[in-house]
Amino acid sequence: MPVLTYRDALNQALREELHHDDRVFLMGEEVGVYNGAYKVSKGLLEEFGEMRVVDTPITELGFAGVGVGAAMVGLRPIIEFMTWNFALLAMDQLVNAAAKMLYMSGGQFKVPIVFRGPNGAALQLSAQHSQAWESWLVHIPGLKVVAPGTPYDAKGLLKSAVRDDNPVIFLEGEMLYNTKGEVPDEEYLIPLGKADVKREGSDCSIVTSGKMALVAMHAADQLAKEGITVDVVDLRTIRPMDVGAIRASVRKTNRAVVLEEGWEVCGLGAQVVDYIQRDCFDDLDHPVVRVHQADAPMPYAKGLERAAKPDVPKTIAAVKRAMYLES
Amino acid sequence: MATKVFMEALSPTMEEGRLVKWLRSEGDAVKRGDVLAEVETDKAVMELVARGEGVLRARVVGEGATAPVGALVGVIGAAGEDIAAIVAGASVAAGAKPLQPPPQPPPMAATVAGAAEGGRTIASPLARRLAGERGLDLSRVAGSGPGGRVIKRDIEAAVAAGGSPPPSPVRRPPASGAEFEDVPLTQIRKTIARRLVESIGPVPTFYLTAEFDVTRAAELRSAMGEEFKVSFNDVMLKATATALSQHPEVNAHWLGDHVRFWYRVHLGMAVATDDGLIVPVIHDADAKRLGEISAEARKLAARARARRLKPEEYTGSTFSVSNLGMMEIEQFTAIINPPEAGILAIGAIEERPVVVEGTIQVRKRLRVTMSCDHRVVDGAAGARFLQTLRRMIENPLMLVY
Repeated sequence: MPVLTYRDALNQALREELHHDDRVFLMGEEVGVYNGAYKVSKGLLEEFGEMRVVDTPITELGFAGVGVGAAMVGLRPIIEFMTWNFALLAMDQLVNAAAKMLYMSGGQFKVPIVFRGPNGAALQLSAQHSQAWESWLVHIPGLKVVAPGTPYDAKGLLKSAVRDDNPVIFLEGEMLYNTKGEVPDEEYLIPLGKADVKREGSDCSIVTSGKMALVAMHAADQLAKEGITVDVVDLRTIRPMDVGAIRASVRKTNRAVVLEEGWEVCGLGAQVVDYIQRDCFDDLDHPVVRVHQADAPMPYAKGLERAAKPDVPKTIAAVKRAMYLES
Repeated sequence: MATKVFMEALSPTMEEGRLVKWLRSEGDAVKRGDVLAEVETDKAVMELVARGEGVLRARVVGEGATAPVGALVGVIGAAGEDIAAIVAGASVAAGAKPLQPPPQPPPMAATVAGAAEGGRTIASPLARRLAGERGLDLSRVAGSGPGGRVIKRDIEAAVAAGGSPPPSPVRRPPASGAEFEDVPLTQIRKTIARRLVESIGPVPTFYLTAEFDVTRAAELRSAMGEEFKVSFNDVMLKATATALSQHPEVNAHWLGDHVRFWYRVHLGMAVATDDGLIVPVIHDADAKRLGEISAEARKLAARARARRLKPEEYTGSTFSVSNLGMMEIEQFTAIINPPEAGILAIGAIEERPVVVEGTIQVRKRLRVTMSCDHRVVDGAAGARFLQTLRRMIENPLMLVY
């Protein structure tokens, strides 16, 4: 099977969907002539022309609104945010327009739109450009939220997102674009709302999504050397969430660590913990342990940034704590 | 912060208690563990201890009054603390759940059981569920988690160790380590249990009577003289315990879906009191010398008559003995004390003419009748036990062998 980068897997998905449906178009800052700030849209302007691949001014609220309007009248826009940090300016269109239009129009207006771009911290981009927004976005009824961690998942899920009739938030990662993985030649779709158990074990479940799935896998590798085997439940779609997969895993292992990239308070992980306590109370041998970013703006200093981020050692320590191996 | 003093469940079956006597006055300073009052339970007079520190501010229940388990009987608080609301709430608290579970004999293991202050057992939800599924008493599983929390591995360890440890204040396991063996029911045992319960239930009992020659045992007693004086009942207790240690098949508990054969002998001895029968227990009776058994039996009987037995002194027996010989009953049948599988009824020693090797002799004779739970003990098993017991009694030197 061919090995692709996450970036190229996304590029394939975009190309295939632009071919698959001529109502699909890509719009955002630098997506055309510059081939995308992270080269995800490389070659697409040349191949599909400027009616299908549209460069915009630096106006997040504006082009997000144009996208929602286009979706309401029957097109299927893919809106790229250079990063989700910039998408804060467009939040009114996401939350008040895209997410609510179907509901407030009594079902008259579908909004088949994808908002995509890199989410979370990269390296030393400081506090304003190192933020993981999934907890904000997953909070909104009417939005679907997808956070793939591997090239295979990125491609299959982006294609499904484009074909979905609802607004879909698609969270990529600057640190993910160069990661590699197997991606089949033949076309495939991955349904939204289905988790993937990326590693099977018996001692603890690590429930995670997006970039943190890689952290979980590395933690699992190191734990295996100590004879500890874990389930890595990669949610892939965080709204709607595959609660059944979480439940099945925790019922098997009796212990859970919830690993997320963002902040602790009212974070995505808190919701996962709630699902676990609701459904798996009698299966738990230890309170669910969370791993997350330190509750502070992301520091610029390298050492401090490292200390603030959730990582492999913190995840390993959390698993051991859940197993009563460390206090 | 005031501490409420509740009527606690001081015996396994206690539902209410009569406050016999307050030992502390209102205004007295009390420490945790201080005895506050004497409470009469359905079995004995017990001590009610303080579970908090401060001043005994109120004695809500008066001497001689009866209160249900869980009812407020007093309040411990700081000297100036307003306890009016607590005292006013006393009637509401009555009938509430007991603060503490019934006292359990201490666990065998030298580890701390997962019981936190106030008596609640701290356990992970999973451990709680697993204990329920396996029929383990959580309060007697040692917790290895934070604060003594019972967690999955503790349950697994307890299951591997063969279930809840048996009740006994004497920590003297046999060399082999195992105190008992749980044996699942065979099909034939199941059939016996089902059929016989239909016939005479719920404990299908049969009786085996034997007459022992106790002439030599009587000689032994008189030879020991005043200095080492033991009663004939003591000799019977010692002989029974020794015989039981060789016959775990009758030293057993019927536990519904399995039989527990005990390797330790905790011998119950029926004692008549003014209020009725109670069965204090000589723990590890097989391992005790005749003199020890004699002293312990005498002490337990006295405590029973004074209603001063502690719960661990009348629970946990593996087999029981009832003796009406001193009341000139030649023979009788005793009723089994479930879940035990047998009880031995001892009659009076009488001189009878007996044919010995072709001549008629006057011998001291004693009749015993063993009641057997047929679900556990078959006739032959009971008879073999009585054969051993006969050998002990008729050749009393066997008792020191």
